[in-house]
Amino acid sequence: MNGLWDALMGLGDQLAAHVLLSAAAIALGIAVALPLAVWASRSEKVARAALTFASLVQTIPALALLALFFPILLSLRAVFGEWLPTLGFLPALLALALYALLPILRNAVTAQANLDPGVNEAAEGVGMSFRQRLLLVEAPLAAPYIMAGIRTAAVWTIGAATLATTIGQKSLGDPIFAGLQTQNWVLVLAGCIASASLALLADTLLGTIERGFRERRRVLVIGGLMTVALGVGGALFAQFGGGEDEDRVVIGAKGFSEQYILARLIGQRLEAEGFAVEYRDGLGSAVAHSAAASGEIDVYVDYTGTIWTNQMKREDTLARDEMYAAIEQWETENTGIKMLGRLGFENAYGLAMRQEVATSGQFESIADLAARGQAMTIGGDPEFFERPEWIAVRDAYGLRFAEKRNFSPTFMYNALQSGEADVIGAYTSDGRIEADRLVILKDPRGAFPNYDAVLLLSPEAGRDAALVDALTPLVDAIDVEAMREANYSVDREEDKLSFDEAARRLAERAGL
Amino acid sequence: MTAQDAPALSFRDVAKHYGDTRALEHVALEIPRGQFVALVGASGSGKSTLLKTVNRLIDPSAGEVLFEGEDVAALPLPALRRRIGYVFQSIGLFPHMSVAENIAIGPRLAGERLASSRIEELLRLVELDPDLAMRMPDALSGGQRQRVGVARALAADPHLLLMDEPFGALDPVTRDALGERVRALHEELGLTTVMVTHDMAEALLLADRVLVMDAGQIVADETPAALVAGKGGEVAQALVTVPRHQAQRLAELSR
Repeated sequence: MNGLWDALMGLGDQLAAHVLLSAAAIALGIAVALPLAVWASRSEKVARAALTFASLVQTIPALALLALFFPILLSLRAVFGEWLPTLGFLPALLALALYALLPILRNAVTAQANLDPGVNEAAEGVGMSFRQRLLLVEAPLAAPYIMAGIRTAAVWTIGAATLATTIGQKSLGDPIFAGLQTQNWVLVLAGCIASASLALLADTLLGTIERGFRERRRVLVIGGLMTVALGVGGALFAQFGGGEDEDRVVIGAKGFSEQYILARLIGQRLEAEGFAVEYRDGLGSAVAHSAAASGEIDVYVDYTGTIWTNQMKREDTLARDEMYAAIEQWETENTGIKMLGRLGFENAYGLAMRQEVATSGQFESIADLAARGQAMTIGGDPEFFERPEWIAVRDAYGLRFAEKRNFSPTFMYNALQSGEADVIGAYTSDGRIEADRLVILKDPRGAFPNYDAVLLLSPEAGRDAALVDALTPLVDAIDVEAMREANYSVDREEDKLSFDEAARRLAERAGL
Repeated sequence: MTAQDAPALSFRDVAKHYGDTRALEHVALEIPRGQFVALVGASGSGKSTLLKTVNRLIDPSAGEVLFEGEDVAALPLPALRRRIGYVFQSIGLFPHMSVAENIAIGPRLAGERLASSRIEELLRLVELDPDLAMRMPDALSGGQRQRVGVARALAADPHLLLMDEPFGALDPVTRDALGERVRALHEELGLTTVMVTHDMAEALLLADRVLVMDAGQIVADETPAALVAGKGGEVAQALVTVPRHQAQRLAELSR
């Protein structure tokens, strides 16, 4: 229980960010929904169109809605210019505000529609203007209903805001995704408890305001509003009261253990050199690369094969050094991203099986799998079957399976152990390969490209000599055994290390 | 004709069409100041429509309505409505405002504050306990609510009181008492009153003049006495027959 308490206490920063994001999204939702509701009350057509739109938005899964704002904002850069952020706060805010729209709008429209017609006639009869009718009659009578809508929106938004982690916005989703990654249930639980408590608190406060409106008790309304303002103000102070934000080095990490550890390793090194750092964890693969190109993040670790196939859309493979040179040239010409160098290990995709299965079925290479594996089930992470690497391997060997299943990277290994999958798309630097006694099938046709881990810097960060100097010692410093051990130290079931601790030990072992 | 001695209301060839439906047709009429006029007719005869053309809750398709010599279409809408008291069947008290706030709403819209002594006076006029001023409408009985409705209509000292089925939702005893009270207020305050009702007995007992409407037209314009004496034509007499018949049967019962 001590671990849980510590994990909860460590969430201050995420909590503040979560509060600000949710509050901003709800405020924006209100700012859009209320005028729309007033307009809708004057026009049946507008009412129908607005409600249909809001309901439609609601049917989009929150995660997808968040993800969609990345390409939308990216294309809007053509209009607004390069300063427009495509990751982090802005897309999260927009997506969540859209999500918050429906309950507020629906309740406001319903409240208007249910207004006693006698009251409307009286308002007209006593000579109220449009404005007076709105302010003196409609607003106060609709207020409790609108407040109930805001309350619902708040609970939804606070819950959905945990997903903002995936597009690089700090939130209480950080510990949830990080914990899910490494089966660190204490972290997951801490994130859930924190966001659920926040939702309950918001629900209670807004419920108090709603009751104040309903029972016409001004004390409740003002008290509730002031408490909400206090909370948001506190979060604002916690986020921005601590001084300059601009000079921080933003370190990106994709959503798996190795990335979290390497981000910490980089962060610890930079902090020791006197830099202030900030982490953007859990980014999608394509998102991370674009984020570095646009300067949303300053530094992160990627893999040559990933850039080769996903960003450069190459389907051939080259020898290791030639590939590295080609990528470096492509980045210089297309994104301005600076490749600082290889870290010294490879984290390739490979197809892994349990040793017993491989031995008994005499599976040695992917070709064997193509010949005798048609009845098997293959598991992969959610990206795997969409990736060009998989398609290349599949087509190179003519692979066919009975079933394809997606697992989060963590559960994939469990699935292999429990027999839910017979073969998985694994990562060669994963500590669980050794620990679980897995075999990586040989790739005689070289269909999987090379996956050297490389250190990438955004164009701006690449010009920062001090930063480059601080990071250069990492080049060629980490071998695959060291990386596997570090990965395993956070992935194993028992005696897990935190990312920070694993990064410290890795640095020590690598002599950094 | 100057505004001073213009009639309270003049309807000049007023018509209202909804598509092919003719709610009002060629209504021409003058109502002198101080008169208590009842508009009677079956549902759909156009009596409510005619009333609402006065405070422009309905705008006529043709013709004009003059209020004290001024074309209502030319007057600013909020100002016009604040000069005319309006009472209607569903009462329409604002549920989120106290009795006092409801009564004071008209002057408040014009930027004036109604003194609590005036609110007390208005409550007394409609025979309500001034202690009710701070109550919320949902704490009142139906009859009390409509009394507040009348007080609200009178708050801005209007010259003209429009009532659209004002007692329709009340029980007979309350209805009778409130009717008497409104008639008395009409005298005391020197009002011109136009009341829409489907109850001929109410019209005969309260009004100085009864207008009978049928299919959007005025088909009879008589004093109560003349109607009881059998004048006003077929439609009017059909309406008069009901209370007359009831009165006769009651008289027979008491023999």
